[in-house]
Amino acid sequence: MSVVDPDLIGPGAGGAPPTLVAPASEARTARNERLRLLLRTPTVLVGAFVLLFWVTFAILGDRITPYDPIFDQSQDVLVGPSSEHWFGTDTLGRDVFSRVLAGSRDILLVAPAATLLGTVLGTAIGLVIGYFRRRVDDVVSRVIDAILVLPVILTGVVVITALGSRSPLIVTILIGIVFAPLVARTVRAAVLAESELDYVQAARLRGERAPYVMFKEILPNVMPPIVVEFTVRLGYAIFAVAGLTFIGLGIQPPSPDWAVQVFEYYSFVDPYWWATVFPALAIASLVIAVNLVADGVREVYER
Amino acid sequence: MSLAAEISAPALEFEQLDVAFRVRGKDRQVLRGVNLTVARGESYGLVGESGCGKSTAALAAVRYLARNGRVRSGAIRIAGKDVLALNGSELRRLRANDVAMVYQNPGAALNPSLKVGAQVMESFVARGVARREAGNRALEALQRVQIADPASVLGRYPHQLSGGMQQRAIIAMALAKNPSLLILDEPTTGLDATVEAEVLDLVSQLQAELQTSVLFISHNLGVIAKMCNRVGVLYAGRLVEEGPVRTVLNDPRHPYTVGLLRCIPRGGARKDHGRLDTIPGFLPQLGAEMPGCVYADRCPLADERCVAEEPPFAEIAPGHATRCWYHELAPDLPRVLAEDITLPQVSREGVPVVRFDDISKIFKQRGHEVRALEGISSSIWPGETLGVVGESGSGKTTLARTLLGIVDPTSGVIELDGRELAPHFTKRSPDELAALQIVFQNPDSALNRRHSVQRILLRSLKKLAGVKGAEAERRALELAERVRLSERTLTQKPVQLSGGLKQRVAIARAFVGNPSLVVCDEPTSALDVSVQAAILNLLVELQAERGVAFLFISHDLGVVRYISDRIAVLYLGRLMELGTAEVVFAGPHHPYTEALLSAVPTIDGAVRERIKLEGEIPSAADPPSGCVFNTRCPRKVGAICEQEEPPFVEVEPGHWMRCHIPIEELRRLQSAGAPPSREDVVPIP
Repeated sequence: MSVVDPDLIGPGAGGAPPTLVAPASEARTARNERLRLLLRTPTVLVGAFVLLFWVTFAILGDRITPYDPIFDQSQDVLVGPSSEHWFGTDTLGRDVFSRVLAGSRDILLVAPAATLLGTVLGTAIGLVIGYFRRRVDDVVSRVIDAILVLPVILTGVVVITALGSRSPLIVTILIGIVFAPLVARTVRAAVLAESELDYVQAARLRGERAPYVMFKEILPNVMPPIVVEFTVRLGYAIFAVAGLTFIGLGIQPPSPDWAVQVFEYYSFVDPYWWATVFPALAIASLVIAVNLVADGVREVYER
Repeated sequence: MSLAAEISAPALEFEQLDVAFRVRGKDRQVLRGVNLTVARGESYGLVGESGCGKSTAALAAVRYLARNGRVRSGAIRIAGKDVLALNGSELRRLRANDVAMVYQNPGAALNPSLKVGAQVMESFVARGVARREAGNRALEALQRVQIADPASVLGRYPHQLSGGMQQRAIIAMALAKNPSLLILDEPTTGLDATVEAEVLDLVSQLQAELQTSVLFISHNLGVIAKMCNRVGVLYAGRLVEEGPVRTVLNDPRHPYTVGLLRCIPRGGARKDHGRLDTIPGFLPQLGAEMPGCVYADRCPLADERCVAEEPPFAEIAPGHATRCWYHELAPDLPRVLAEDITLPQVSREGVPVVRFDDISKIFKQRGHEVRALEGISSSIWPGETLGVVGESGSGKTTLARTLLGIVDPTSGVIELDGRELAPHFTKRSPDELAALQIVFQNPDSALNRRHSVQRILLRSLKKLAGVKGAEAERRALELAERVRLSERTLTQKPVQLSGGLKQRVAIARAFVGNPSLVVCDEPTSALDVSVQAAILNLLVELQAERGVAFLFISHDLGVVRYISDRIAVLYLGRLMELGTAEVVFAGPHHPYTEALLSAVPTIDGAVRERIKLEGEIPSAADPPSGCVFNTRCPRKVGAICEQEEPPFVEVEPGHWMRCHIPIEELRRLQSAGAPPSREDVVPIP
C-alpha cells in the first residue's frame, strides 16, 4: 500500500484466526453513508425541497388549488396579478396561479417515465455490449454513435409528424429511445471495467450463463453510474418534454401543463406577461431542482 | 538554527509523533507516539504488516497526509528543520530540494500521457534548472540509474517501459534533486525477484555514492535485511522494536517480531516437514484505545500486566530497544502451530489428474505472433502440488488459463483423469468445471462485493455440486467451518472481511465441488506474511484431507518451495527445468533457475553471490534464436546456444532440463560459485 486512503482503512487488516471475525460494528453499509452525505449537502436539500413541492401538487392537483385550473373560467380575462388572482388570469379567465400549481402533473409523469424507459433500455444495451464486446460492441456502438448525432427536438418533430398523431405516450417513448444510447455508453464503460474483475471469471468458470453473469453479478456493481445517469437525464427529459410541448407536439391542451401555457400565451407576453412568465419560471424551478439533486448524487457516488 | 547545527542534525527525526485520521466523524489514531531517528547516511528500515502505519509515517514526514489526516502532536524534523512549522512555500522548497519519495506502483507514479523525458526534466526544472539544460540533465540522470538505452527512454511513454524500467526512471527523478533524505515505500513490491534485485542493487550503489539517508519501508524482511543498517518494527502505529538490522532479525526480542519471522517459510521449509507458525488474532481496530501493550491480545506471553500497563521502550543492548515486559522470554515464545498432519505420498504411477501434451499458445497481436507458450508437456498427479515459477511474461498465467479453458491453446491437448478436455471451458461439462477450479491472487476482486458470503457459496454449490435448499445451506456452513470461517461470516459481505478472510471464502468457493485440481494464482501475494502462513497451512490441510492437486503459481520462491512437490521453471513460454522441489532448489540448476534463486534476498543475512541477469526478458513476439535464454544467460557456452534450441531432457531421474551444458558440468560450475558477469565473458568463437 502506497497511499493511505482513509476510506479504505478497513476494520481488521490482520490475520486469520480459527474462529474470529473481523469486527463489523464499523461496517455501515455504503448506501446509508451515501444517503447521510446527500442529506448533509445544502444544495441537494434545496433541490429536494422544490422537487417535493411540485410532486405534492402533481399528486393533489386541483383538489387543493384555489380555483379549478381548467373549468373555473371567469369574465375577468387577462387580468394582471391581484389579491384575488395572484398570478393574474389567462385568455379564458382561468386563474394562472392555480394552473401553475396544477401544471406539474403531466410533465412529472412523462419526463420520469421517459427517463426510466431510457435508463432501462440503455442499461440492457450497455450490459450486452460491455459484456460480449467484439463484434456486438463494434456494431451496436456505431449505431449508438449515429443516434447520438440526432438532436431530440428535431427527431421529435420528424417522428411525430410522420406518425401523424400527438400524445404524451409517443413523447415518452421517443425520449426514452433517444436517451437509451447515452445511458448505454455510460453503462458499457462501467461493465467493461467490471468484467475485468476476477469474480466475473469465477462465475463463468462455474458454468453461469451470460444473462446471469450480466444481471446478477455485474449489474448490482454498476448501479452507481446508472443512478447518476438517471438523475442527470431526468433534468434533460423535463427540458425535452417542455420543448416538444412548446412547439405543440407534446402534452396537449387543455392540460394546465406549464409548457402548454407558455405555448398558448407567449404571443401575448407583452403586455400580458403573467400568463407566460409564471409557468416558465415553474419549468425553470423544476429543472434547476432536479439538477441540484443530480449534482449531489453524482458527487456522492463518484467521490 | 545555525548552518552547523543543520549539518549535524539527523536526516529525519520523529519525536512522539501522533497521527490521526478522521473517519466517520471520529479521530482514529494511526501513529502512536513514534520516536524514530534516521541518521545521516543511514538506511533505516521500517517493517510491519499492512495497516500498521508504515505509509502514514512516510507521508507524514513530508506533510502529505490525506485531507482527513493530521499530526495531533509531536514533532517531525528533516535535517533539523521543523517540518510542521513550515509555511506553504518553505514546504514546497523542502519537497523540491531535500526529500524524495519513491512509491510502490511505478506505473501509477508516472503520468501516462507525458513522455518519460518530460517528466524527468520536470524534476530538474522544479529546482530552477533552465529548460534547455534540463534535457541534458535528464539524460544523465537516466544514465546514472543504468536504464537500458537512456536516450530512447526519454522519448517514450511510461506504458512502453517495463515495471523495472519505470521504477528506475522514478528513482532517477527522485535523485535529480540530490536529496538529503530518500523515502522508499515498498519500491520493489510489484516487481519480479530478478528486477527487484537489480533495483535494490542500484539503490544501494547510489546511496553509497551520494551519501543519501534512506527511510526504507517494506513488508519484506529479506529486502530490509539486504538494504538497511537499522530497522524499526511497527505494530498498530507503535514502534515495538528497533535496532541494528542483523540483531533484530537474528535475535528478535519482541513477540511480534519473533512471530513475524517465524511465519515466513524459509531455510528450506517444506510442507511435509512441518506446519508454518501463525499469529492468531487481528490487528486492533483503527484508533482503538489501548492502555496496555498494543500487541497484548495476540501475544502468547501476555498477562494482566501487559493489558493494563504499557511496557517502556527499553534498551536491552546498545542500540537495540524493545517494548515488551517479557523480552527475555521472547526468543523462546511458545510456537503457534497448526496441528500436525500427514500428507499422503504422491504416487506418480497411475493416471495423472492433469496432463499437458505439447501445449502451445500463440496470441495474434497487430500482425505479430506472440508465442506465449511453446510445447509444454507435463503431468500433475493426484495430491501433488506443481509449483510454477518464472518472471512476469514467462507464461505462468497463460498456462493456468489454458488449463482452466479461459484461453484456447493453439495446439496441444489437455487431459483430465486421462480424458481429453474441450479447449474452451464453455464446452466442458459441469463435472469438469467443478474438477478444475481457481483461487485468484486478489481476494478483493475475486468476490462479488454485492453478494454475501452465503450467497457466493450457495450459488457455487448449486452450479458445481448440484445441491440446493437446506442441503446446500448445510454444506455451505460445513465448508465455512472447514476453512475456519465463523458462522457469522456467512451473512457478511466481502467489504466487512479482512484480506485473509476473503481469501478463505475464495478457497471455500473453489472447493465446493470436490475439485481434483485447484489453480492457485499467487494466492498469498496480496496478503501479509502472518496471513499468508495461515492460508498456506489451510491449503496443505485441504490437500492432505482431499488429495487435491494444486497448480501453484508464485513469485515467492520460499512459498513455492514450502508447498510444492515438483517445480516447473518457465522462461518465455518454455519449460526450462522441471523436477522435485528438493532437486530444483538443491541443484544442479538450470542457469536461469540459478539466477532466480540467487536474486532472492535472505533474512538471515547469508551473503550469497548474486548472479546478475542482464537486461529485460526478451519479447515473446521476437524470441531469441537457439536457446531463448542465451541473451541473458551467465553460463552461455558459445555459438551453439544461439543456433540450436536445447532439447528438454531428463538429465537425472525425475529432473528435466533444457540446457546445452551437461549436468555434471553444471554441477561442477555451480559448486565453484557464481559465474563472472556477462561483460567479462570472452565469447567463444
